Amino acid sequence: MNNQVPIAEGLFSWPSPNPALLGSRCKNCGIAAFPAAESCMACSGQDVEIEELPRKGTLWTWTVQQFMPKPPYHSNETPQTFKPYGVGYLELPGGVRVEGRLTESDPEKLRIGMEMDVIFDTYRTEENGDEVISFFFKPTQA
Amino acid sequence: MDVAIVGIGIHPFGRTPARSGLQQGAFAARDALKDAGVEWRDMQFAFGGSASSGNADALGNELGLTGIPFINVANGCATGGSSLISAYNAIKSGEHDIGLVAGFDKHDRGAFDADPASLGIGRWYGEVGMMMTTQFFAMKIQKYMDDYGISKDTLAKVSEKAFINGSLNPNAWRRQPIEVEEIANSMMINDPLTKYMFCSPAEGGVALILCRGDKARQYVDKPIYLKSAVLKSRRYGSFEVFAPSQALEQVDGPTVDAAKAAFEMAGVGPGDMDVLQLQDTESGAEVMHMAENGFCEHGEQEHLIQSKATYIDGSMPINTDGGCLANGEPIGASGLRQVYENVLQLRGDAGEHQVPGDPKLGYTHVYGAPGISAVTILQR
Repeated sequence: MNNQVPIAEGLFSWPSPNPALLGSRCKNCGIAAFPAAESCMACSGQDVEIEELPRKGTLWTWTVQQFMPKPPYHSNETPQTFKPYGVGYLELPGGVRVEGRLTESDPEKLRIGMEMDVIFDTYRTEENGDEVISFFFKPTQA
Repeated sequence: MDVAIVGIGIHPFGRTPARSGLQQGAFAARDALKDAGVEWRDMQFAFGGSASSGNADALGNELGLTGIPFINVANGCATGGSSLISAYNAIKSGEHDIGLVAGFDKHDRGAFDADPASLGIGRWYGEVGMMMTTQFFAMKIQKYMDDYGISKDTLAKVSEKAFINGSLNPNAWRRQPIEVEEIANSMMINDPLTKYMFCSPAEGGVALILCRGDKARQYVDKPIYLKSAVLKSRRYGSFEVFAPSQALEQVDGPTVDAAKAAFEMAGVGPGDMDVLQLQDTESGAEVMHMAENGFCEHGEQEHLIQSKATYIDGSMPINTDGGCLANGEPIGASGLRQVYENVLQLRGDAGEHQVPGDPKLGYTHVYGAPGISAVTILQR
């Protein structure tokens, strides 16, 4: 098995048997943020703690990216192999609304309010064989 | 003390391969100086900015080196508005009597490629393909349509009107009307927004000459007064571009805050405005900005746009020069283009795109990353 590395340190718990997105919560006002920050955007407080965010949520809004972005976009795709991808904000109860890529890119299968799971999967493979892991939102199977 | 606009200048928007962005700015500055009947050496100060074409201060190399304080301004899509506010305050404070504001740009083709690091966001955000302004506007209108019943046809009709207005404006980039069906059926960019519902990065330059209100008639017969110039940034909880997460509880965005402050400053209300220039980097933005600026309730846009109320001869003329959709987006120049257009309208000099009925009050609004908004109110 190839070496698996997170796309950024501190974004989610990794390696972990049950990974989750990592947010920060302000001990002063109780507001959560993602990615984890050292201070609170809501009240300017600097006393924050890191917590795992919920692994399920509801889709708040979405779109589909139909053309390949310029760098810093960095996948294994070429303009010839590029496939449109969904992007949305997932409302994580008690946490925040987090923006992420969706595993579904068919507009007909996406609707505001649908339930989704936060999953972790390979986003790209580096030349040295490392698998770069990122987070995705996947429609919850009925 | 009132602050007046006594000179306006523009370099046509679009693509001008023979001229750099800076040269387009100098072209606009000379045009504005001529319009006011003054010389560059009469200017006591200048503010200006561009996103992709270098320091505005380099205009001195084109126009002449006179030793004045020339301050470069960089504030995303609100660069022009920020320059204007700075000039307004320089005159209002009594420090200077007359000065120049300039904005110009020349961008490469294709979507903007913003750098996450410049906004304090991790590189991963761009690597996975979320550092895209177009996605934000698509997701915002997607949610708005769901909440307030705006139709896809209305999005296409905003663009249809923009291209009609552009066809009437000799300085616009896109000067051919496009059928509403062609707009709706053009290539999907970010659902629900198609190619012709987005503006494109482009080129252009605008300059304005501002002076003390009590001296304005020395220069022109028809001074236009800047009654409000307001810039606001986002508060916690507003839904903004380039946000890896956002609050569960939403609050009003910077556009709502800037509009309220501008109306209060001018002592007038939305119903008093005769001509509106609202940020339309895509057609959904124009729809949402109508309500955010206070010109209608959320959801009323569907009827207003379908009934052509926002056309030049309608009850609420919006983006009478074709807006960003028909002019393209040179970041440094767009906010000042709106002010240029309203000065033309209030002078009665807008020609084929003139709003009828002798307009007296004009309103401009820009929105930019990562969540700022600038508003002006102009009065004849």
